[in-house]
Amino acid sequence: QDTQEKEAMTPERAEEAKLKAKYPNLGQKPGGSDFLMKRLQKGQKYFDSGDYNMAKAKMKNKQLPTAGPDKNLVTGDHIPTPQDLPQRKSSLVTSKLAG
Amino acid sequence: FSGAGGGNDIQWCFSQVKGAVDDDVAEADIISTVEFNHSGELLATGDKGGRVVIFQQEQENKTQSHSRGEYNVYSTFQSHEPEFDYLKSLEIEEKINKIRWLPQKNAAQFLLSTNDKTIKLWKISERDKRPEGYNLKEEDGRYRDPTTVTTLRVPVFRPMDLMVEASPRRIFANAHTYHINSISINSDYETYLSADDLRINLWHLEITDRSFNIVDIKPANMEELTEVITAAEFHPNSCNTFVYSSSKGTIRLCDMRASALCDRHSKLFEEPEDPSNRSFFSEIISSISDVKFSHSGRYMMTRDYLSVKIWDLNMENRPVETYQVHEYLRSKLCSLYENDCIFDKFECCWNGSDRQVKFFTRTSDLPNIVMTGSYNNFFRMFDRNTKRDITLEASRENNKPRTVLKPRKVCASGKRKKDEISVDSLDFNKKILHTAWHPKENIIAVATTNNLYIFQDKMN
Repeated sequence: QDTQEKEAMTPERAEEAKLKAKYPNLGQKPGGSDFLMKRLQKGQKYFDSGDYNMAKAKMKNKQLPTAGPDKNLVTGDHIPTPQDLPQRKSSLVTSKLAG
Repeated sequence: FSGAGGGNDIQWCFSQVKGAVDDDVAEADIISTVEFNHSGELLATGDKGGRVVIFQQEQENKTQSHSRGEYNVYSTFQSHEPEFDYLKSLEIEEKINKIRWLPQKNAAQFLLSTNDKTIKLWKISERDKRPEGYNLKEEDGRYRDPTTVTTLRVPVFRPMDLMVEASPRRIFANAHTYHINSISINSDYETYLSADDLRINLWHLEITDRSFNIVDIKPANMEELTEVITAAEFHPNSCNTFVYSSSKGTIRLCDMRASALCDRHSKLFEEPEDPSNRSFFSEIISSISDVKFSHSGRYMMTRDYLSVKIWDLNMENRPVETYQVHEYLRSKLCSLYENDCIFDKFECCWNGSDRQVKFFTRTSDLPNIVMTGSYNNFFRMFDRNTKRDITLEASRENNKPRTVLKPRKVCASGKRKKDEISVDSLDFNKKILHTAWHPKENIIAVATTNNLYIFQDKMN
């Protein structure tokens, strides 16, 4: 009973309780492989030919939708095309630290 | 400990600030790394836009004995450009993750800079004279009509305005599947390591088409992935020894003499966890964001989300010292998780080594201070000798040179005293992730989001 009270009083545990209250579906192990996998895949993913072909096959008989407002969405029925990718240019401007 | 008496206490004063004043920060201007070279004469910064800016300390002005030389722009260049991995449809950021200087061997300076995938060796050289008086060319480079040449002359070198040129001498590419987080030059000055989330590679500075894999923690089945590499560094004196830290708060020391693939550590540094304190956040906040050897190589320092720990290489089961950076954040972990701040990677650094060891000076009298950043543009210093600590702020409001910086204090709870700041008023967008200490003098470089502050000891 004593330990239980002590546990409840740790600020970390109180914060954990708060988080679980907000997100009941939060997994038990935060350091699990899903979490780390997401960390390994940092970076903006654009076009996925697998998704593209899957979606195309699924929508064979339907009208192909044009790229919606969220151009970075690559999964599901939305089919982005290379033309939708925002142009990435390197910084041609000199750093303001050197200004 | 500023002004608290005692001859050794450092009194930090504002010296300079670099960067734009405006609050609207362009993403490219976010500073991502700061590093002094081995003499401290040069200070390099890297940013999210892939640019490197190098500052040079001015020669000391004999008439202004109260202040050491100021840092002014020496060279700036585009180190990395954004790229696209067509196979995976992923963009490769040009952000400079780390810069490491090579010790100077000749007139030129060399540094390694890396983004997520590619490391580059840059040569920075000065040109202060140019040849003039060619026979076949005009001064502007146009070729002369040979029939108009009636006499011959010997071209001579004449002084010109100093030009600093940066050129890429080596490009070390295609060796990392995952994102590079660290580079570290070996004490042999011939090899260096690069570490990504799952692997560490050993390179020779002269050879770009080959690299040796020395650590590989990728599991055969990625579902079994439990930890990633977060930082790595070579030992300052033993060229066969390096350490790497993990997302689970452990540090492994490896000896390259033991085997070609150093998957089995020689030492494992881990502080035992109190199981009754374990929470959802425990592992996340134990993730080590930086590891740095002391100059002697006897100790190493690690930074996790809330603390700085000093480890004695001879003792694996717990750190010898732990310093709380911002313990008041422990009761804010829920919101820090929601806004992703809990994943911020703070770096840490040691004070410069004091090479002037006076006779009869005890080792414990030598300055022994560690520094790290926090939120609200605060940064913290811990004096290992006196056990005192201080919180300072990098802000344009403290702009008067030679005025000692006022220590800051955060009020965790309860009644806030005057001049204290409450935890809820802290600006979590103002993070100091990168700091650097001059290798020889009490001069520090502190990077806020897009500005670089230089502070120095008042030194009467």
